[in-house]
Amino acid sequence: MSRRLRHPTEDPAWAKALVLAVVAVFLAGVLILPMVSVFFEALRKGVPAALEAIGTEDARAAIKLTLLTAAIAVPFNVVFGICASWAVAKYEFPFKPFLITLIDLPFSVSPVVAGLIYVLVFGAQGWFGPWLLDHDIKIIFAVPGIVLATIFVTFPFVARELIPLMQEQGVDEEEASVSMGASGLRTFWSVTAPNIRWGLLYGVLLCNARAMGEFGAVSVVSGHIRGLTNTMPLHVEILYNEYDFVGAFAVAALLCFLAVVTLVLKTVLELVQPQARPGGH
Amino acid sequence: MSATLPIDKVAARRPLLRRKSAIPGFALTMGVTLAILSLIVLIPLSAVAVKAADQSFSDFLKAAFNERAMAAYRLSFGAALIAAGINAVFGALTAWALVRYDFPLKSLVNGVIDLPFALPTAVAGIALATLYAPAGWIGALFAPAGVKIAYTPLGVIVALTFIGLPFVVRTLEPVMRDLSADVEEAAASLGAGRLDTIARVILPALAPAWLTGFALAFARAVGEYGSVIFIAGNMPYKSEIAPLLIIIELEQYDYAGAATIAVVMLAVSFLMLLVINAIQGWSRRFS
Repeated sequence: MSRRLRHPTEDPAWAKALVLAVVAVFLAGVLILPMVSVFFEALRKGVPAALEAIGTEDARAAIKLTLLTAAIAVPFNVVFGICASWAVAKYEFPFKPFLITLIDLPFSVSPVVAGLIYVLVFGAQGWFGPWLLDHDIKIIFAVPGIVLATIFVTFPFVARELIPLMQEQGVDEEEASVSMGASGLRTFWSVTAPNIRWGLLYGVLLCNARAMGEFGAVSVVSGHIRGLTNTMPLHVEILYNEYDFVGAFAVAALLCFLAVVTLVLKTVLELVQPQARPGGH
Repeated sequence: MSATLPIDKVAARRPLLRRKSAIPGFALTMGVTLAILSLIVLIPLSAVAVKAADQSFSDFLKAAFNERAMAAYRLSFGAALIAAGINAVFGALTAWALVRYDFPLKSLVNGVIDLPFALPTAVAGIALATLYAPAGWIGALFAPAGVKIAYTPLGVIVALTFIGLPFVVRTLEPVMRDLSADVEEAAASLGAGRLDTIARVILPALAPAWLTGFALAFARAVGEYGSVIFIAGNMPYKSEIAPLLIIIELEQYDYAGAATIAVVMLAVSFLMLLVINAIQGWSRRFS
């Protein structure tokens, strides 16, 4: 075919240029400039000011709490995700689609509602409020509440990554392994785990990003006690509302950097494991 | 273990229901799954319904549909609808460009699309608020025309557009990639212009995925809080979203009121979930 002639399934050059220009302006305004502006605002008064904001005692406490929360919520959801995907993918039972919908449910619940439900269960006026008060256990306005709310909002990430992957792989290899005398656990470790590791990593990556960045749900249950129950996103909010913009954007830049690292790792994973579908939210 | 027994004995020992699976662990994994699901998700979620039912029906209606709440729903649902619409148009163009065109920095652009999944919403919120404020890089372009974006409902739409973008792009992309060239070539060879081909061949094939992406973006945007509150202005009756109203009622210790609004929002979420499932079921029949 001549190079001058446009292939019938190709758009004319002017249409291409127009689409690309519109897309460029749109993405710049909605995605790229916001990201650039985070770093720009953080460094407005120079690198030392930004570093100082990240190094304050409150900021360090917030970073620690965020890491602690993710360190509990992510492994918890990994255990749940593996159990759920094993149960769903390796066996046949009625109401399976219904169970999958229930696992996906937290994605369609507003983060604020996710926080509210734990206040209603564990708060001072809640179901277990009086009992918890008697036994001097604090869940709401304390770290356990933050962890619970984080687990809720990140609940489906690992499971929804693993379920389709395990379903696709079927049960033949596991059945072979079991029939040759391997125990269930051994079968999982030596047969299933190698097959799902990239998908699992992909789910963990997205789960972790959300766990570290969750704002709405955590905001409801945290009580915003500085140095004690502030995660990094909540610390950003406090600094911003106090008009400490350099401080707010410095901590935000740290989170933004984490997000960029997440995206890079995600892209790498998609190259390693093309089945890992792009975008699974 | 059982596999070391002669095969006929194994078959005889197995209960009827589990005849299909030789793999152990069903009781354990299903038990753990249901226990965690109930404790973390189902029982706490039911607390909202119980709390909302803990008042007379007329109180419920008043808490659910008073003027301020109605204004908040209108903003939350309206802005989410408009943002999903914006994403349906520009997200589709983005997906088309990613699938069909070559351009510089393509893999970078492809990576950036998922930014809203990875970036904490509060960070997005303060960045968008600063950018679209009258003195911000983008806000300054609109300020001379008298258009204020940040701290108005327009700002809410901007934040919800940010949040919903990847849903549309990532839902459409695989479907666009799978479009077979034959049909397009056939349309062209039968004399259809490029626009005709797009309108009559390509768009109908994309419709189910398009609707799914739209619905997903809408569902995500309705409940969104973190990225919105910084840019919204949060004026009662004007720029106050429904999730913020829940927080305000919680701060006033009006738990029943907060739970009531949560119930309304949950009802809409479930409805959206059903709609999305229906669209996906419908699209599967066509593919």
